[in-house]
Amino acid sequence: MTESIVNINVEDMKRVELVRVSGRIDSSNAAQFDNVLKEVAGRKHNVVLEMSGVDYISSAGLRAMIALLRECKKHKGDVRLANPSERVVEVLALAGLDSLFEVHDTEASAVGSF
Amino acid sequence: MANEQVLTVPGRYKEIKRICEFIAAGAAQAGFDDDTIFHLELCCDEASTNIIEHAYGEEGAGNIVISYALSDDDFTIVLRDNGTAFNPDAVPPPPSVTGDELTSDELTDQLRIGGLGLHFIRNLMDEVRFTSDRLSGTPLIMIKRLGTRQ
Repeated sequence: MTESIVNINVEDMKRVELVRVSGRIDSSNAAQFDNVLKEVAGRKHNVVLEMSGVDYISSAGLRAMIALLRECKKHKGDVRLANPSERVVEVLALAGLDSLFEVHDTEASAVGSF
Repeated sequence: MANEQVLTVPGRYKEIKRICEFIAAGAAQAGFDDDTIFHLELCCDEASTNIIEHAYGEEGAGNIVISYALSDDDFTIVLRDNGTAFNPDAVPPPPSVTGDELTSDELTDQLRIGGLGLHFIRNLMDEVRFTSDRLSGTPLIMIKRLGTRQ
């Protein structure tokens, strides 16, 4: 059986946690994505999600992103997106959530914005 | 229904990709472009997730039967389950799309509730029908017009 694969790599950038995500995020692995983001939010409250390699995301993935944003904002931090894929941008817009995240064209720009 | 293809899978999250691949194959054959195929996959994903979470209440509590059929005008997808019927009209749209002026804090606070999946389905499909038929399961019918092909 084909499984949904999401690859998540976390890098500590001193003031920012950089999370590179790629692959497919649906209900079968959103809990894995959510768990990583919870760990990240437990360390720092400024987070960059690099999502250029995300080729599929459902509302389950969005919920994990919103939970991270809520936690970071609670501690006066923020979550910014670096180079989100067309699918990520489309699904965020469809959910009416595109205005919640500051979007940067590059990873360096997003990290440097904090 | 002409040319109907049917897939039956256990109501488990790990089956969602299989459901999506099944629909994507049919949609590609029908001639839809990549964006529309993604939309159809997303709708089937969200509908299947709702079945597991709301109709069955847990994973492994029953099957999901998904079918598609191509007619001269439409690509029709039907999802059936044997779980608890629910009233989709009772599910409010997510706060982000109601047009209310909310701050980002208010928005993130209110988004803990569901409703996004149903919102996606209603917006991406040309026609959506929920019926309650206890003999053959609870069908959700989602229709995409073939005129939306490239």
